[in-house]
Amino acid sequence: MKIIVSHAKTLVIAAMVAGTTTGLATAQDSLTRADYERPTDIPFPEENSYSEAKAELGKMLFFDPRLSRENNLTCASCHNPSFAWEDAQPTSVGTPMSRLGRHTPTVLNLAWGELYFWDGRAESLEEQALGPIQAGGEMAQDLDELLVELRNVPGYVQFFENVFPGEGVTADNIGKAIATYERTLVSAEAPFDRWVKGDDNAISEAAKRGFEVFNTKARCASCHEGWNFTDWGFHDIGLGDADEGRYEVLEFDALKHAFKTPGLRNIVERAPYMHDGSLKTLEEVVDHYDSGFVKRPSLSSEMQELGLTASEKSDLVAFLQSLSSDDPAVSLPKLPN
Amino acid sequence: MSSKYLHAALGLGLMTAFASPVLAQDAVRISQKGKQFSEKQLSLTSGQSVVFVNDDSVAHNVYTIVKGKKQDLGLQKPSEEGSIAFDSAGTYRVRCAIHPKMKMVIKVE
Repeated sequence: MKIIVSHAKTLVIAAMVAGTTTGLATAQDSLTRADYERPTDIPFPEENSYSEAKAELGKMLFFDPRLSRENNLTCASCHNPSFAWEDAQPTSVGTPMSRLGRHTPTVLNLAWGELYFWDGRAESLEEQALGPIQAGGEMAQDLDELLVELRNVPGYVQFFENVFPGEGVTADNIGKAIATYERTLVSAEAPFDRWVKGDDNAISEAAKRGFEVFNTKARCASCHEGWNFTDWGFHDIGLGDADEGRYEVLEFDALKHAFKTPGLRNIVERAPYMHDGSLKTLEEVVDHYDSGFVKRPSLSSEMQELGLTASEKSDLVAFLQSLSSDDPAVSLPKLPN
Repeated sequence: MSSKYLHAALGLGLMTAFASPVLAQDAVRISQKGKQFSEKQLSLTSGQSVVFVNDDSVAHNVYTIVKGKKQDLGLQKPSEEGSIAFDSAGTYRVRCAIHPKMKMVIKVE
């Protein structure tokens, strides 16, 4: 796969080039597997190029509770690296201890994204990063107050000045730093990737059959496409809740109840599932797509009753399990005080 | 010309000042295939139309925004097509509402 990026600088994903290849894929297999090859570089936008110091600053901000009004929540409170950057509950809890309306999406692999949040209301990752900080039910922080707070921390003032000379602590720079850190969060090589590269023993026979079903009878790849298994698009997949999703941002009939296609990397660690966190297991997810969805005018034309057999369902789950990578543990940053 | 096409054309407001359903001879055809437009950029003269053809296996929904107002071709199933007339000079960002990675820029002089 050729990745075409417009970026000022790319960062080689070291974890991706590791791994062993014990065999060669057959010619027939490789045609399919090639559609799922991982990229080698992380794309960064020209208007917010990568630097190690910027990513370090972004990590500090990501894990700093002072970014919330009550100084008790961090970005990582919901985007917890221990749960593949989600939070293992249907919907998270924000400020003041209020239950949020949608499930926490992972922040893995967002460098390749297009429009952010479940409803795509943020044009850029920089814009997205500032959203939950200010959202009333989430971190509920007034940005002007946050700037005063951070400017009173000498360590932060120096850090921002080093990364953004002549600009210092600004809201835009907070967004840029956090977005840069988030772009470095890439799921590592999974057994599936080793199979794509030619190691026929990397995944089980059930997972291989599941991959075939995924791409054919189950039609999953119509939306869950490419190495990160998403088209970054918006689809009504027939969950029964009243949330109108993307339609609340863009009032087109086709977008009623439509939500962004989530990538499937490390999906086992990201339960529960769907935008409302209503499905607890991958088996429930497969049952939903098989025949459990609500039929309504806005339902995606890709959603059709599948008639999967029990073995096909279990094979699909085995395939999804092969997408989990053994990502390195994330260390907490030291924060200036 | 299908009735569906007429319906889409009449619903486009500012950008679609069709006096008749007959396309101008210099209309440009843009294909939607592999969740991409066949062109990333396009230059037109004022009054030209663009026919967006869905050559894909999935549905698309082409739209653009003019002076804050959405111009929506609606849901296009595979093999369906719809047209937008670009009557005013300007730069227009065209996108698929379902697949936001699908986007192109049209400059009209």
